Parts: sequence; structure tokens; C-alpha cells
Amino acid sequence: MTIPRIVGAGLIVIGVGVGIGRIGGQAMEAIARQPEAYGKIQTAMLIVAALIEGIGFAALFATAEN
Amino acid sequence: MRNPLLVKFFLVFTIFFSVTIFAKEAEISSEETKTDLKTEIDEYIQHHLKDSHDFSLFSYTGNDGAEHHVGFPLPIILWDDGLVVFSSSRFHHGEEVASSGENHYKLDHGKIYKTDATGTINYDADHHASNIKPLDFSITKSVMMILITGFLMLLLFGGLARSYAKNGGIAKGVGRFFEPIILYIRDDIAIATIGEKKYQKYMPFLLTIFFFIWFLNMFGLTPFGVNVTGNIAITTALAILTFLITNLTGTKTYWKHLFDPLGDSMPWYAKIPLYIILIPIEVLGIFIKPFSLLIRLYANMQAGHIVIMSLIGLMFLFKNWIGSSLSFGLAFAISLIEILVALLQAYIFTMLSALYFGFASEEHEHAEAH
Repeated sequence: MTIPRIVGAGLIVIGVGVGIGRIGGQAMEAIARQPEAYGKIQTAMLIVAALIEGIGFAALFATAEN
Repeated sequence: MRNPLLVKFFLVFTIFFSVTIFAKEAEISSEETKTDLKTEIDEYIQHHLKDSHDFSLFSYTGNDGAEHHVGFPLPIILWDDGLVVFSSSRFHHGEEVASSGENHYKLDHGKIYKTDATGTINYDADHHASNIKPLDFSITKSVMMILITGFLMLLLFGGLARSYAKNGGIAKGVGRFFEPIILYIRDDIAIATIGEKKYQKYMPFLLTIFFFIWFLNMFGLTPFGVNVTGNIAITTALAILTFLITNLTGTKTYWKHLFDPLGDSMPWYAKIPLYIILIPIEVLGIFIKPFSLLIRLYANMQAGHIVIMSLIGLMFLFKNWIGSSLSFGLAFAISLIEILVALLQAYIFTMLSALYFGFASEEHEHAEAH
């Protein structure tokens, strides 16, 4: 039972990492294009990252033992 | 030895050498104690993450072999056919039976059970204690910390309000630190998401929840070892508040968006097959929003505590100066990140709450823009 759980947890972390990484990268690009919109882009970035993180944590709890 | 720098150098040198020598001595018996230490660290982390009935900073085994606890007991308040109040020192850290009048109680895994005079706890097939559990209203470590934080906030912000009134609206002292934060919450969180017209109604809640979560997160990083925001009951209570405020202040437009999102764009018979799918999803969304809030805060703080404690535990497991100093550096870096996370989680909870309030209080002409 443990090995599938560990693999699952790893897959979740990969997925969340790719997701948040893409958000961060795209936000950087957006800030480079429009430096004056820095504040708005950062806020939107944090919110979307938090949403993905929430799902990721919920999934990690599902894989956690007992 | 007149040069103070030289003296310092020798001091550091001797300390360094004595440490490495002691480390060599410890290495001999390390293999046998390693697994023992591992379970001890594991138990310590588990214990730290849970709420407890006494405030213990640390415990150690003295030269006489007895275990000493440093800390202080907290009051136990039980409802067991009448109010039962006594100090948690009677449990002797869960080792002894506490008796109050006719009744006897014992701690088992942080929960209080009613037992007979000898303190027997019966277990059922699943290894759960089957004794009677009295209703527990005790001032536990978390409750104490919440009360302290509440009191601190009352003093701090009450005093701040008075100082503004006295100085004619100019910040003084700590106000200079808190004013930009409060203004940020007003201008960039509340006004930006809720709108100029209605934001004032939500400001007290947003400010309170932001500072409450932030202060408790920061207290969690102190060596007192309180894990309040990493406790799912507390984050649930906070999320329920957001849920209630969102739905109780919901305007007609908000409810119309939920139960009739397509409006007049379609005849009613065309909407029926769509709404069979849409409305359950929308209704589920009402509950998923606060649920994601509570899981996010709880999991972030819990995970942060586990990582820091594990890295500190690694220092004792390595027992050589490369590994231990590396994990010390890592624990230090993670602690710095956790200070950022403490602020970030408070910000995100406030921001998302404000966003939900914004959905709930939107007016019709605003809704047209979507």
C-alpha cells in the first residue's frame, strides 16, 4: 500500500510544481511586458497559485497514510 | 593575550575542538541509538503538532533518571453531569489518574476519558478507547494562545485607535508600522475586490482575520511550540465565518447568478437540461470555496511545522559536523521562508475572503460586465 501512495504523492507534487511554475513564469513575462501593472499581476498570480496549492494539499491529504 | 580579537579566536578554536571531540565519542554508540532516536523525534513532532492540556516547553531526563518537564499546567474544564474544574498538573503529563470528587479521569492520546479509580482504559477492536468521554471545554494550549492573541489585538488596536484620536489622525509609535498594512488591506484588497460602495461593511472582519491569522502564524514560529493555525478545527471555524458572511450578505444578483445564471437569454424549457448540471455545480461551489480556504491554511502551517521540526531532528540524527551544520543551515533557511509564508497565508485568506464577499455583494449593473 505504501509504494502507490508515495508515487501518488510524487505525482501530485510534480503536477502542482508544473502548475505553479507556469503561473510564476507567465507572471514574470507579463511583468516584463507591462512593468506598471506589477501589483495587479502579482495579486492575480498569488490567488491562482493559492488555488492550485489548495487542490494539491487536498490531494496530498488523500494520499497520506491513516 | 592583550588583543581581544586573539582571545576571541582562541575561544572559538577551543570550543570547536571540544565539540568535534565530543562528537567522536558519541559516534561509537550512535548506530544502536539511531533507531531509538528516530522514533523519539517522530513522537516529538507528533506531540508538537497536537494540542495539549498543559503548556510544556521541553522535558529532559535528569541525572537521577527522573523525567523533568519545564512548563506550567492549564485548567481542565469538563462537563460531566455538572461542571468539573481542576488543574492539569493532576494528570502528571498523562501518567496518572486525576480524581475530582467521585469521578476519575485519565489522559489517553491527548483526550480525556472517564475511568475507574485505577485508571483502566478499555480498547475496542480498532484500538479506540471505549470509555466515556466527558465534554471537554478545557483551556488547552491552543485556546490559551487564541485568548492571548485576542487580548493582544484588543490592546494593540484599541490603543492605536485612541492614539489616532489624540494626535489628530497622525500615526505614532507602532501605528507607523501598522498603518501601511491596514491601508493596503483597505485599498488593495477590500476596495479592489468588493468595490467602493460596499467595502466598509466587510472591513472589520477582513482586518481582524488578517491580523489574527498573521499573529498566530508568527507565534507558531516561536520556540513556545504552539501550532494554532495548523489545527484543522480552528481553520474550520475561520472558514465557517467567511462562509456565513458570504451567504448572509448575498444580494439578489448573487443568488440569481447561482440558481439562474443564464437569465433571460433562453426560454425556460431550454434551460432545464442545462440547469440539471449547472445548479448542482454552483451549489457545490458555495461549500468548496470555504473548504479550500480551510484546507489551504491548515495544510500550509502543518507542513511548515513538520518540515522545520524534521530538519531540526536531522541535526541530532547525523551526529557529524558536516551533516548537522548543513541541516542547521537548511532549518534556518526554511524558518526564514516560513516567516514569509506566515504573512502570505494571512494575506491569501483575507484576499480570497474579500473576493467571495465581492461576488456576494455584486449589484446588477456590475454583473452586466461579466
